[in-house]
Amino acid sequence: MIRHIDLSSVLRRSVCDLYSNLVTRPTGAAVRTEIEHLLADSPGRTLTVIDFSHVGLLDYSCADEVVAKLLLRFASEAPPSDAYFVFRGMRESHLDAIEAALVRYGLALVSERTDGPPQIVGNVADDEQRAWDTVYRLGAADVATVAASLGADAPAAERLLNGLSERRLLMRLDEQYLALGHAG
Amino acid sequence: MTTVIPVPQSLDDVTFEQMLERLAPLAADEKVLIDARHARWASPYGLVGLLTIAQTREVRPTLTPPESDETLSYWSRTGFFRHAEELFELHGTVPRARPTAESSVLLEITSVSKSGDVHDVVDRIQQRAQNILERELSIDAQASVRFVMTLSEVCQNVVEHAGRGGWVAVQTYKWQKRLGGRRVVQIAVSDAGIGFRRSLESTPGRALTDRWDDGMALEEAVIRGVSRFRDRGRGQGLAGARNFLGKWAGKLSVRSGTARIAIVPPWDDDVPLLENLSPFPGAQVQITIPERVPERDDQRTGERAGERAAERGRVAATGRRGVS
Repeated sequence: MIRHIDLSSVLRRSVCDLYSNLVTRPTGAAVRTEIEHLLADSPGRTLTVIDFSHVGLLDYSCADEVVAKLLLRFASEAPPSDAYFVFRGMRESHLDAIEAALVRYGLALVSERTDGPPQIVGNVADDEQRAWDTVYRLGAADVATVAASLGADAPAAERLLNGLSERRLLMRLDEQYLALGHAG
Repeated sequence: MTTVIPVPQSLDDVTFEQMLERLAPLAADEKVLIDARHARWASPYGLVGLLTIAQTREVRPTLTPPESDETLSYWSRTGFFRHAEELFELHGTVPRARPTAESSVLLEITSVSKSGDVHDVVDRIQQRAQNILERELSIDAQASVRFVMTLSEVCQNVVEHAGRGGWVAVQTYKWQKRLGGRRVVQIAVSDAGIGFRRSLESTPGRALTDRWDDGMALEEAVIRGVSRFRDRGRGQGLAGARNFLGKWAGKLSVRSGTARIAIVPPWDDDVPLLENLSPFPGAQVQITIPERVPERDDQRTGERAGERAAERGRVAATGRRGVS
């Protein structure tokens, strides 16, 4: 199931219908709580597009509350559901705040761009990035294909792919790994 | 008995200390008269500082406004008297503040005590900041956004840590004393709350060292990004501000208790840490961003980089540097 969440609408609905900026921790916490309520309606595997297109300013504290804490919960060892996220409409200033928040927790996310392929934002190692790029280029791939493409042995490729899947950067469908930007 | 505390002719973060030195020996319930008759100029820091002084007094202080019509008018346009009349007994009449198109007051003095106030501050300054910073200070649109993010974070520090409300003001002006009259934009935030040391002390299980004092609390919070909250995501506000200011040769100074710490840019010769200042409650933050003059900034940054590296080396070697 693919769900689209317009953060600006969530902000207006959950905090104040006059606000267009995602600033302050209480605001971020309220928005995150609303997102979690929406996700709780769909307990199975979901892909959620979180759309920043109509968000004005995002400050560091709110980025921490909305994005980092959301991902922290779902990229944990015991996530509340099998939820994946793609982020859309993030401007450079949004990315500044989000990246600073993600790095603190060692988190990363997939951001769609209008001027190019999706990118990983946040904390990602070089070999993870290469593995993710490979899967994205192929659309979907199994361990053997990725290993061959990377010139790595299968256990190493599998470790990378499983790690990316646990971090919610790739979706695992049986033996295949799917790059989220493609699915979004 | 009433003690008269004169307001310096030019009131900024440096001369404000003169007022605090005079206030230091007085009991909080002693009546004071803040005499601003001879004041001719005040920075945003000075103006929000005056309000904070009133906030610390148990007996409502008296304020005599500036005699100069020009100064009086300017203080009025900053919104100072709107707040002052709630905190001081005002001697004489002051002009009613009218809406103004004057570009120097980016944000009138605004009280900050809850999360919604931060939204209001951001909403009010956003468009205005972008226009003025780009036109007058050659600060591009992206940097203007980061400027407002920084403003949001320093305001939130009051809401989250002070334990009582404070004020914020943002102005641009030509800085004659430094930078050869280049324009600067200055954010000033001040509160009379619990301050950085007590805020950090409230962390459960925090072990206090022998060195623990206001200066060390400021080093922890401003340099190392430590917060009273254990949450790893905390402490990003000042870290983000430092990052932004580093790119734009801006200056950050934070005063709390008896100490003041500064992130000093190449154009300034301030000391990184001042200790043994006169005690004053809460926290006072000042952020100054100069007009961008690319060739000059690049050259000076190069010249000062070596000096700053040497300075950091000395501070590291001695543990800390204090001048009072």
